[in-house]
Amino acid sequence: MTARRHVEHCMGTVFSFDLRPPHVPAAVLNDVVAWLHRTDATFSPYRHDSDISRLARGDTTVAGCATEVGEILDLCDRLLETTGGCFSAYASGTLDPSGVVKGWAVERASAMLRRAGSRNHSVNGGGDLRLAGGPEPGRPWGIGIADPLRPGSVTTVITGRDMAVATSGIAERGAHILDPRTGLPATGLASVTVVGPSLSTADAYATAAFVMGDAARDWIEGLPGHEAHAVRADGRTWTTSGLLVSGP
Amino acid sequence: MKRAIFAIVGTVSGLILLLGFKTHPSPTANTAGALPVGPTVPADPSASATPTDGHGKQASAGPKTRTVSGDTIQTRFGPVQIQLTLTDGKITKVTALQLPSDRQRDVEIDNFAVPQLTQETLSAQSARIDSVSGATYTSDGYIRSLQSALDKA
Repeated sequence: MTARRHVEHCMGTVFSFDLRPPHVPAAVLNDVVAWLHRTDATFSPYRHDSDISRLARGDTTVAGCATEVGEILDLCDRLLETTGGCFSAYASGTLDPSGVVKGWAVERASAMLRRAGSRNHSVNGGGDLRLAGGPEPGRPWGIGIADPLRPGSVTTVITGRDMAVATSGIAERGAHILDPRTGLPATGLASVTVVGPSLSTADAYATAAFVMGDAARDWIEGLPGHEAHAVRADGRTWTTSGLLVSGP
Repeated sequence: MKRAIFAIVGTVSGLILLLGFKTHPSPTANTAGALPVGPTVPADPSASATPTDGHGKQASAGPKTRTVSGDTIQTRFGPVQIQLTLTDGKITKVTALQLPSDRQRDVEIDNFAVPQLTQETLSAQSARIDSVSGATYTSDGYIRSLQSALDKA
């Protein structure tokens, strides 16, 4: 096997790296991992001294934080607009951009690897992925989508190259996903997977799509470059028109 | 442009049908016993003689069998550790070395989810699943543990 794999516990979850040739020096991955931990220290709402905790308490301003904090807050503003209010960094009532930081961090980790010359890799941040190139010549990445109604099962497989795959579901981190418009838990879908060009947006789009429920189907259809697959609470599924269904 | 790059291939329920997998959940799911595998998995007499210490090496000729153990992953329900048996590089068996056991609910989840995971791992091998997206907390932990075993495969 020419795959190089690495598993890193960070941000309360697990990041899995699967690097395929052409390989980059080990120092590149070390830098990426170190950056992930620094990002966690900046954004963790569970650390009393993180920039985000200090900002939420009013102990500092954006100008007094790491430059990435302003970048993330701008991204949150754009996402709030694009999703019609269905994704908000304030969904829990206080500033908590965790919902966008992990996807953004995976996207940036992949970008760091690509910049260093890694054309083929998979970065999986706790179930949300950014894929570059393919796992081997002539074969696209195959991403199993966890079945939200049958723990341990996979409901379908999405294949592709150079894509982001994000899934939001009923049980992630044990909490219901709140509809920022009502403050109530979203119901209707058991899980929804969004495929797109960047995990910075696809991750939050999956959260917003979960909040929207079946209405997300038309919303995603109208988003250039994005597709979705949903499992409804009743077990039925729907898929946007651009996901080609093939196979046995 | 928008509509050509991604595809959904097959369904795993189809694979489950193909493999004819039957679950035989152990009444003591918290023990580290071997889990059943589907009847269409090729029988490999050498597999049963494989050391299970994570450094298995097949001395005799024939299919090369070895086992690898994943990291222990902390899940919402407790620690999970998965061991894979590989024969000629293909996953032929999945064993749970460690499962949550301190609450009744955990045992129920073990009984339900672990045979499913066993199935899925074998299916993943046939469906060429490179990674998994999604995050129900039980499968999440198992999948991560599985992934950590694959990292060492």
